[in-house]
Amino acid sequence: MPTLDPVPGDSALAGRVVLDARDVSRALARISHEILERNREPESLVILGLHTRGVPLAKRIAEKIQAVEGKPVAVGELDVTMYRDDLRSHPTRSPHKTQLPAGGIDGKTVVLVDDVLFSGRTIRAALDALSDLGRPATVRLAVLVDRGHRDLPIRADHVGKNLPSARTERVGVRLVETDGVDEVRIADSVTADDKGASA
Amino acid sequence: MKKHLLSIDDLSVDDIGALFETAAEMHDVQRRAVKKLPALRGRTVINLFFEDSTRTRSSFEIAGKWLSADVINISAKGSSASKGESLRDTVLTVTAMGIDGLVMRHSASGAAHQVAGWLDIPVINAGDGMHEHPTQALLDAYTLQRKLGSLEGRKIAIVGDLTHSRVFRSGVKILTKLGADVTVVAPPTLMPSGIASWSKDAGFATSYDVDSVLPEADAVMMLRVQKERMSGGYFPTAREYTVGYGLTRDRLALLKPDAPILHPGPMNRGLEIAADAADAAQSVVLDQVSSGVAIRMSVLYHLLAGPNEGEAK
Repeated sequence: MPTLDPVPGDSALAGRVVLDARDVSRALARISHEILERNREPESLVILGLHTRGVPLAKRIAEKIQAVEGKPVAVGELDVTMYRDDLRSHPTRSPHKTQLPAGGIDGKTVVLVDDVLFSGRTIRAALDALSDLGRPATVRLAVLVDRGHRDLPIRADHVGKNLPSARTERVGVRLVETDGVDEVRIADSVTADDKGASA
Repeated sequence: MKKHLLSIDDLSVDDIGALFETAAEMHDVQRRAVKKLPALRGRTVINLFFEDSTRTRSSFEIAGKWLSADVINISAKGSSASKGESLRDTVLTVTAMGIDGLVMRHSASGAAHQVAGWLDIPVINAGDGMHEHPTQALLDAYTLQRKLGSLEGRKIAIVGDLTHSRVFRSGVKILTKLGADVTVVAPPTLMPSGIASWSKDAGFATSYDVDSVLPEADAVMMLRVQKERMSGGYFPTAREYTVGYGLTRDRLALLKPDAPILHPGPMNRGLEIAADAADAAQSVVLDQVSSGVAIRMSVLYHLLAGPNEGEAK
């Protein structure tokens, strides 16, 4: 998972704010306009949020597109837990909901939405999941933050902010829907505890 | 969650919640065109059935296959077990083939516990004698929860041959654990000995009078009369059993109109359940079957998808 699941007192709360609420809103507005420019027909669009924080982002993007076009845009949610290639290295966890719009994704332009693009493994899993769910005409990727360090040949089509980071740093996205506030922080992850654990 | 699933006692309320949550997602997979998830790719599960069972075995088989596991069915009939090999040797032999999980049914109560002690891989009890059938209890509770919402304070009647029923033993454990108000009903000859102290400790009620229990029930679970275990005089005739304890057309009218009717199958129509009840609008017998696959996918996923013992975290 690229995102830090913020634990109270976790370093996600520390670190430097790189995007505040207004920056997040502007980034999403720009992404929404870019998506529309690439797809003049909102009827053929499906905005698909990846759990956890991609889902509220997808809903916001869909709302913004709808505000511009005056027509509703299909939005859904996708969970990739079962498709991850690291299932065996972590204790299992329950999958979230996968919910496609009524029209499905066959022949549609699907825009996957996630909060942070890091190794690219989540997106690889999402592409596998999509192929079990239907056959979209095109798949694009929109992320709020691209922090680099890809393990796989995957890139985003729409990026809110490119955030050069060191591998050891942690990027934490918090959203009003899930965490009560919109912001992106970057923090040095090697805390005293981590050092102790890795030593 | 514990490594094995041998009894409902192995599961906390949180574990049950996690299993139900995953099962709900698995239920959605059953409606897809491609009913396949890659979560158990490369893992091998053996269904080792020392006792006949078509529905439980095929339910586990479908569940494993939809999670992309390689599933092998071994029935003890015609295998080395029928040639006199000991349980321990049979189990150690099949697991030596490098499998990742064992689903086991055996006619001896406690067999799954015994086997789990010999093996490093997860063992799932698919029914052991008159003892437990935890995945059946999970699917029954899951089916009820989907129909009734929370089970807290709901009145549930379990009616039938309690003595021989592992479905009842696991069922009463999970339903009371989830807060349901359970009453079990059976003729005196089919009421397990010692149930008085058990029901007191576990907090469920017992009754011999089905007609007084049914009108209060929010759901009723009918148990199969296990003809194959009826060697002695548990009741004089089948007709007498039906009159006293069967869910007949008359008794169906006693039930609340929306109270779900459950039956673990296979049903003896006309014996413990009348056709009118089996086919009634509130019958959830087929929901139980589809929930069974979802629950077993959930169990296999939670027990087998994570790291093996000894594998680096």
